[in-house]
Parts: sequence; C-alpha cells; structure tokens
Amino acid sequence: MKDRIEQLRSDFEAALGSATDASELEALRIAYLGKRGHIAALMQGLREVEDKKTAGQLINSLKTEVEDRIKNADEALRRAAVDREIREAKKYNPTLAFPREMGSYHPITLATREVEEIFRTMGFTIENYAEIVDDYECFEALNIPKHHPARDMQDTYYLENGQLLKTHTSAAQNAIMKKYGAPLRAIFPGRCFRNESTDACHENTFFQMEGMMIDEDISISNLIYFMKTMLSEVFKRDVKVRLRPGFFPFVEPGFELDINCAICGGEGCPSCKNSGWLELCPCGMIHPNVLEAGGIDTERYTGFAFGLGLTRLAMMKYGVKDIRDFNSGSLKALSQFKSR
Amino acid sequence: MLLSMNWIGDFVDLSGLDKRSLIHNFTLSTAEVEDIIVKGEDTYGVIVARILSVENHPTSKKLHLLKVDTGSGVVDIVCGAPNVREGMRVALATDGGAVQGHKIAPATIAGFTSYGMCCSEAELGISDDNSGIWEITDDIPLGTDIKSVYDVDDIIFEVDNKSLTNRPDLWSHYGIAREFATITGRALTAPALVSLSDFDTLPPVEIDVRATDLTRRYSAIKVENITRRVSPVNMRIRLYYCGSRAINFLADLTNYVMMELGQPMHAFDNRRVDKIEVQTFPRGLKFVTLDGIERNIDDRMLMITSGDEPVAIAGVMGGDASKIEDDTTSLLLESATFDGVSVRKTTTRLGLRTDASMRYEKMLDPELCSLATARLLSLLFECDGGARVISSFTDAYVNRYPTITLNFDKRYVDRYTGIDISSDTIVTTLTALGFGVVRSGDDFSVTVPSWRATKDVTIKADIIEEITRIYGYDNFEIFTSESALLPVREETEKTVEDRIKDILVASYRMHEVHSYIWTDEAKCRELGIETAGGMRIINAQTPDHQYIRRTMIPTLLSVVKENRGYADTFGIFEIGHIVDGVLENGYCNEKKKLGAVIFSRTESEESVFLRARDAALEICRDILHKSPEFVSASEPYSFMHPKNSFDITVDGVKVGYLSVPHPTVNKNIDKKCAVAFVELFIESLAATPAADIKYSEPSRFPAIDIDLTFTADIGAVSFTALRTAALGASALLNDCSVRDIYTGEDGTAALTLRFSFLSKERTLTKQELQPATDAVAEALANLGLTLKV
Repeated sequence: MKDRIEQLRSDFEAALGSATDASELEALRIAYLGKRGHIAALMQGLREVEDKKTAGQLINSLKTEVEDRIKNADEALRRAAVDREIREAKKYNPTLAFPREMGSYHPITLATREVEEIFRTMGFTIENYAEIVDDYECFEALNIPKHHPARDMQDTYYLENGQLLKTHTSAAQNAIMKKYGAPLRAIFPGRCFRNESTDACHENTFFQMEGMMIDEDISISNLIYFMKTMLSEVFKRDVKVRLRPGFFPFVEPGFELDINCAICGGEGCPSCKNSGWLELCPCGMIHPNVLEAGGIDTERYTGFAFGLGLTRLAMMKYGVKDIRDFNSGSLKALSQFKSR
Repeated sequence: MLLSMNWIGDFVDLSGLDKRSLIHNFTLSTAEVEDIIVKGEDTYGVIVARILSVENHPTSKKLHLLKVDTGSGVVDIVCGAPNVREGMRVALATDGGAVQGHKIAPATIAGFTSYGMCCSEAELGISDDNSGIWEITDDIPLGTDIKSVYDVDDIIFEVDNKSLTNRPDLWSHYGIAREFATITGRALTAPALVSLSDFDTLPPVEIDVRATDLTRRYSAIKVENITRRVSPVNMRIRLYYCGSRAINFLADLTNYVMMELGQPMHAFDNRRVDKIEVQTFPRGLKFVTLDGIERNIDDRMLMITSGDEPVAIAGVMGGDASKIEDDTTSLLLESATFDGVSVRKTTTRLGLRTDASMRYEKMLDPELCSLATARLLSLLFECDGGARVISSFTDAYVNRYPTITLNFDKRYVDRYTGIDISSDTIVTTLTALGFGVVRSGDDFSVTVPSWRATKDVTIKADIIEEITRIYGYDNFEIFTSESALLPVREETEKTVEDRIKDILVASYRMHEVHSYIWTDEAKCRELGIETAGGMRIINAQTPDHQYIRRTMIPTLLSVVKENRGYADTFGIFEIGHIVDGVLENGYCNEKKKLGAVIFSRTESEESVFLRARDAALEICRDILHKSPEFVSASEPYSFMHPKNSFDITVDGVKVGYLSVPHPTVNKNIDKKCAVAFVELFIESLAATPAADIKYSEPSRFPAIDIDLTFTADIGAVSFTALRTAALGASALLNDCSVRDIYTGEDGTAALTLRFSFLSKERTLTKQELQPATDAVAEALANLGLTLKV
C-alpha cells in the first residue's frame, strides 16, 4: 500500500509538471481528487490493508498535498495570465491632451465673491440693487444738497424720465435701511456710472461695494476694527490701516482709509507715491440725516458705512493695468479668469 | 493749493518743531498733503554787491566785464545780462556758493575770468523773471547774505484742493495756521490790522445791492495817493512760491490778502468806478474781462456795475475797462461775499474758474470782508506811507448767517468714539479751533465760529470730527462691536445669479463678459439689428450710446462677432440690467437678465441651438426643480429667427426665450457660423417657487423598457403633450423619454421614444405589457405620431 501511495505521489508530480493551462489542471484535479479518481481508488484499497490507521493517514496526507499543489498551481496560472494581460495592455499618455475650452468668470465676479464670502462669515447680508435710481436715493437721502457739484451733468448720466444711472453704491443705503431697519449689517456690490471720458485709469462703468453696519453704540473704534479685520482678510496679510479726515456728505465724521503699501512694506515706493500708504476706501460714521432718512432712530443707533472700489480691487489683485479690459468683452483677456 | 511754512509762521510760532512731521500730522488731522517742496536749500553764498564799473567785452556783443564791490573787496565778474549798470546793487553768487544747485567757482568766459555770478530772480528761483539780473533796491549793506533779509528759504507744501471742498476757512494761510496751532498746542497770533472805525467820519461809498438773494455782504472803501508800483521782495517771493505771479503792487496786495485770509478782493480804479450796484441783467450782455476776452453774460450771472455800467462779474473776474493801470493812484476796494452756488454756476457756464471763484464756491465766511479790508490797509500803509483813505468803510451786510450753538455731553462723544476722550481735551481742542465752549461738568454748549458756520459745522455729529481728528485716529484703541449675532438674510436673486454663473462656467464652459447698459447703436447697425429707441440718456457721450438696452442679446452678439477669431466654438454670457419700458409712475421698468450666446464654426446650427436649450433646461431644473416649456415665440424680436425662436415658460409664466439669429443677422456675425442664444429673466426665476423634492419608494420589481419608433413631423411635436398623453393612456407606464431623433435625407423623420413600464406590486408579464403598449401607441397616434412597424 505504501508503495502504491508513493508511486501515485511521483506520478502526480510528473503530471503536475506538464499541466500548462487551467483546463489541463482541472483534468488533473478530477483524475486525482474526483469521486472516481486515483485517491478515491486508494481509499477503496484500504479494506485490504491491515494497518488501516497508518495507511489512512498516509492517503489523507497525500490528498491534502495534492489539493494544495493544485490550488497553488492554479493561482500561479492566474497570476501569469494577469501578468500577461498587463504586459500586453496599451500604454496611455496623459500628457497629450487636446485643447478643451474651460469656462471663465468675469474677474469682477471673482473679486466680488471673495469679498462677499468674508462678509458673509462676519454676519453681513448681501444685497442686490437697481442700477437706475432717482435723485432722492442717489443724492437727497444721502445728505447731498441740491446744488452740490456731484449732481452736475458732467458727473451723472440723467435719463429723460428724470431718473439717473447711480453714481455710487451708496444710492442703495436708504432703501436697505428702510427694508431691514436697525440693527443692520449689509453689503451691496453694484455697478456704478460716471459721465466721464475713459482711459487706462478711468471708466464710465465700474463696480463698487458699499457696506453698512448699524446698531446701538457703533463707534469709530468699531469702524477701524472692522475695516482692519476685513481688509486683512481681503489682502491675506495683517494690514495696517490709517484714517485721515475725508469729506463725504453722507458720513460724519468722514474718512479716507489708507492701508500700508504691500509692495514696499511702508518704506515708500512708486506704487504708493513714496508715502508708504495706499488710499483704499472712503468710510465714516453714517450722517444722522442719512439715518433719519432711512427711518432709523439716531438717538438709539449709530453706524458706519464704507465703499470699496471692486474694479480697482480686481485691478490690484490680478495686475490688470488697463481698466477698459474689464468691459472690452475680449475673450483673450477675460478667458484667463478660470473658475476656482 | 500751495502753502508756505514761512507765511504760516507769521501766525503760529513753530520754532523747534520738525516741519516735515508737522506736515505729516496735518495730513492725518486736517487734509491730505500731496507734495512737499523745499525752497532755497540749494542756493547759498549769495550776497548783496554793487557794480563799480561796466566795460564792454572786446569781442562779445552780449558780455560785459564788471568790477563788483562785495563789501569786503572787489571782484571781476563776466556778465551777459542786458541791464547791467554802474552803481546797480545786485545779488552776487560768490565763489563756493550755489544757485539752485549750480555750484559757483571761478570760470573763464570768453577769455576772462569771472569770480562769481550776478543773478536774475529766475536764477535764484524767487520769480520767473529772467529778463536781466535782479536789481536790489532795498537799502542793505554790501556783503549781506540775501537769505538773511529775503525769505528765499521756505518749505512749500501742496494740499489736495478736493480735500478742502468742505472747509472754506482752509483756503488761506491764516486758516491753515489755526490748524497747526491746534495740532501743536501753540498760540495763534492774529495778523496786524488797522481799525476800520477810524474812517467812520469820512463820506460813505455809494453801494446799492439790488440782487439781495445772491449777495450776502458787499463792503467797499476808497483809497488815494498810492504811489508804490512794485511789491516788497518778500511779498513777491511768497506769492511766487504759492503759485501766483507778481503783477503790480495793488494787484499783488489783493492776491496776498486773499492767500493770507481767504477773502478775494477786487481793486477798481477809482477814476472809472466811483459807486457800486450789485445786480443781474434780465437780457444778458457782452462783457470784456480783464484778460481781454469778451464773454456772454446771461440773466442769472451776478454783475457788479457802476452807474449801471458793468465793471466786474461778481466773485469771478473784473472788467478790462476798470482794471488797475500803471498810473492808477486811487482805488475803490471791494471786499464782498456772494452766493457760492451762484458763483459756481456762473463759472461753469462761462468756463472760467479763478482763484476768487474757487473760494466763493466753498461758502466763504462773510465776516472776512471787514477783516480782509483792515488787513489790506495795514499792509498798504506799511508799504506806502503816502496812501490815504478817503471814504468810510461802507458795509452792505444784507444776509447774515445765524449763529449756531450746539449742546452735547461727554456720553455722546464716548458713544461715537468708542473710547474715552477726556472733557478737558474736548474743551482744549474746540477752543483752539475757535469754538466758544461753555462747559458744565460733562455737558458742553458750543458756539460755532463764523468761519465754520457757513455749511461745514451745523449739527453735533460735526463736533465729533473736530474732536477726533485732532485727538488723532492713530491714537484710537480699537474694539470689535458688542452687536448681537443674527442669522444672515439671504437674497434669492443673488443665489440664483451665482448658481447660473456656476452652471454656465462649469458645465457649459462659457465665458462671463461685461458690457455697457446702453445699446451701442453703431455696432447694432453693423449686425443689421434695428434697436430704435428705448429709455434715453439725455447727456450721453455719443448719440450712438443714448438708449438703455432693452434686451441683453444684441450687445452680446456684437461681443461674439468681435471674438469670432478667438476659437472655433465658444459661449459667452452676462447677467445685466435692462429697461423694459416704464412703469405707471414713469420710472424705468428695470429688469435683470441673463443673456448667453453660443457660437460655432464647426457644429451645425441645430446642435448649437440644442446646447443653448440644454443650458436653459439645466438652469431651470437646478434652481426650480422644474422643467420649462418651450413654445414658439409669440413676439420674437427682429433679430431673432422668425421660425426658430421660442418662449421659455415655467408654470405658464414666461421666464425667457431661446432662439437662433435671424439669417441676415447671422450672416453679419460671420459668413459661415452657427449661433444660438438664450435670455432668462432673473427676477422671474427668483420669484417662481422651487418644487419640493418628493421622495418615492423605489419599486422592488424591475422596470421594463420598451423602445418604439414613430414617424412624425418633428418640428410640430410637443414632448410635454405627448408625454402627458402617454402617461394618461396606461397606468403601468412610469416614464417616457426621447431615445433618438432621425431625419432622413428625403425629409422623413422618425422619433424613437423609450417607455418605461413599472409596477410596485409585481413583475409585469408580457400579457400585461402588450395592451399597455398598444394603448400608449394609440394615444400618440392621436397626436400625429405613427408607429413604425
């Protein structure tokens, strides 16, 4: 019996060595491990053996060995097949891309969204407003007297029905105060119009963003804090701010806000006309007459307002030298502002 | 405006202080200084000397050989000036000295050595006179450094005029000196004045103010026996440094007082002007101003007349006929306040702005009239001992500003500032600025000085600025507010806009552009688009830009045309405002609209059209969770294709339109191109309620899809109609969608639809499906779809 077992083992070795694919291997498995296979036949032969226990163990060990060897061979064959598939696979090349147009946002949209996001996180509502307003909204409600030069024809586009194209985003202050009342935190970006001839630095159509914060006891100290925090976020650095007196009829006191020049770090350079400071935005405490016109109780509430030149901000941010590029419609210029 | 530190120094002692940092503080507390110019720094070693002898150069016609007495010796000078004369006292730049940076050393000129240079005023930088060397007429010992007697050294700074628009008091050295005095805490010294009441017994000037609405105050005084013709050197230097040319003594004197106190004055030749009327002329007239130009005076321009003969445009410029001549010895001196708005309008209409009119526009303090007269007379007597006043100071003060008193307490100041500025500081600051302050504990009652009360300081919030700017914003401690945290209110329109931009940029690869709110008629003509009218801008820069656009598309088609070389295929869009007629109250019906245009050279018009359709579809589905309807346009614009233009509706409301261009317009964009466009109305989209997302439990049984092909007139089919019909025909039909659209070359068309049958209770059997399919096909047959077998 022992000899038969050993004979079968060496026969299996030989047969396994010559099996080269999955079907031959399956035939081998059936021949040895099948119900009528060689190992089953050996088991049949056990009846004639005296030391059944020893012989049985030997047969079982052969069976386990055959099972393992076939399983291993099967795995090796599968591996070889996968290896071959990989070897024969086509090699792709990601470097050879066909040009495919990307969409683009207008740079004003990108700059506006960035600023809006900052204010949203600071609890400000973002408001839309009309581009065509009336004299009351644009001037009278903002404490700009009847004969103020700002109302002259050379600055303002007037329409035949008496309305006008808004010359500043401040024109929305009154309506927004009336809409929400106090307390109020809102920003309102918008397009403004000034009747002037255009050149690399001047456009008759440009974007501003106005902001207002009104509550009990809003102070100049708060204004400086908010402007510094907001501008540090916009410019992604710890900006220094400086206030100077500035005159705007709708604020009192009114300020010109400067930030320290990033290019020279405040030392003085051509960009900041050697002053170390860049004039950035007018701001101030909202004039009591303006609050009153907006239906807000000036004994209880104070507030600040500021204007930010979005077009100018976009020029600074993206290094646009000619303001006219923004309204040119030229895709050579505008398509560079891919989505973020 | 240019300001002289020397001049300011007449009124406030700034000795021992760094002038540059003073000027910097002035920027932070008062108004922006744009430039600082140091005068005289590079001129030194220039002394008073006398020409002893003048000899002609042997060969040069221009040059002279001079012996010049320096007070300590005689030097040889070669000089090319035409006006050299024996005995003349000159400014001699000596060896080792310099004039405006030009170093002086012995130099050989045409064979002779010159040991210095006789200077002209221009060479010294104290005037623009370069006609000859400067003759010094003052009695000064030879050898004296000219800088020790003349104010060649000065620091001039320029203040941005715009930052002074609200401060009439700052259009003068005295007003600026008051700011410096307040900033530094030093005393302000008043200028020397004569007492006008001394002349009360003299006969008055005849003054008749007829236009009392345009005049606040008109005062005049007469002076005679003035013999001085040339102004003192230091006066001329100051005027020159501050941007004004010296003319003659009397003109210089009025300019000097204007720059010193801010009050424009006018000197009429008393031989021609002996009495005054202030009036307007209902029919206008022609008038020659002293610059020799004839001007058209209209009925609203205020005029000064003498015996009804016009002699000056009030507050702007005097007349040529009554100006000071070389032989003028007596004058009528005007010191008046005219209405600022009237003066500004006059200058605008005339196109003539003067130093005087600029000041009047700012609303001058009428109190200045008498002060300026008293000051001018003081300077006149100082320079010309023989001058004599021959009239009383005659004063027609027709409109006084009211005195303004403001009451507030420290709590009010604290609330505005957010910091603690002491009551003592408040009193000191306001007092230094000229406010009358009565303090009782922490309560203040403040009287506004006349020079701030014309429009600038009227309410108590104005006082805050005075206190804080002098306190210094750099000195503020900064704090966040104590406002309550509230939810941010979201604007639907804004959300809709942002979403549309994202979809068009990310999914449709379009480019966002900006254009103008007005139609560009010239560009529209190029495209063959008739725009005809709309809301008109009355002062447009060109007639082609006078109408506000009524739709976004024509402008965007121009933009597409201009970019047609950019790529074979591209899309652009803009969200902008348009005006769609007027409302009942006459106001513009302003709307916000999306315009999007797709252009291609390589794709078919239909495929471009369908992509535009997809964009509209996706926007509506994304924002509203609703599919829009497309129906043939009821009133297409002339630039749209009459057949292929569609209204886009949601819930029966029009939210936009979709179209390809009219063939003529298309050809004008480019000979061979496909274009399609969409316009969506932002307000309509924002106002349409979005459908809620309704969840439906998925069936546990499989859906069975059956594709059927029909012959059909594709252009006439409404998918919504046939879908509704199909779903109505069988309860087992779950959905219906388009699989294929085929158009044969012979014009036949076929539409393949996929019908998805589904039950939630069981797997459907063939026996159930056949009748369901038949019912659906029959329903569609009624709509003109014939099932292909």
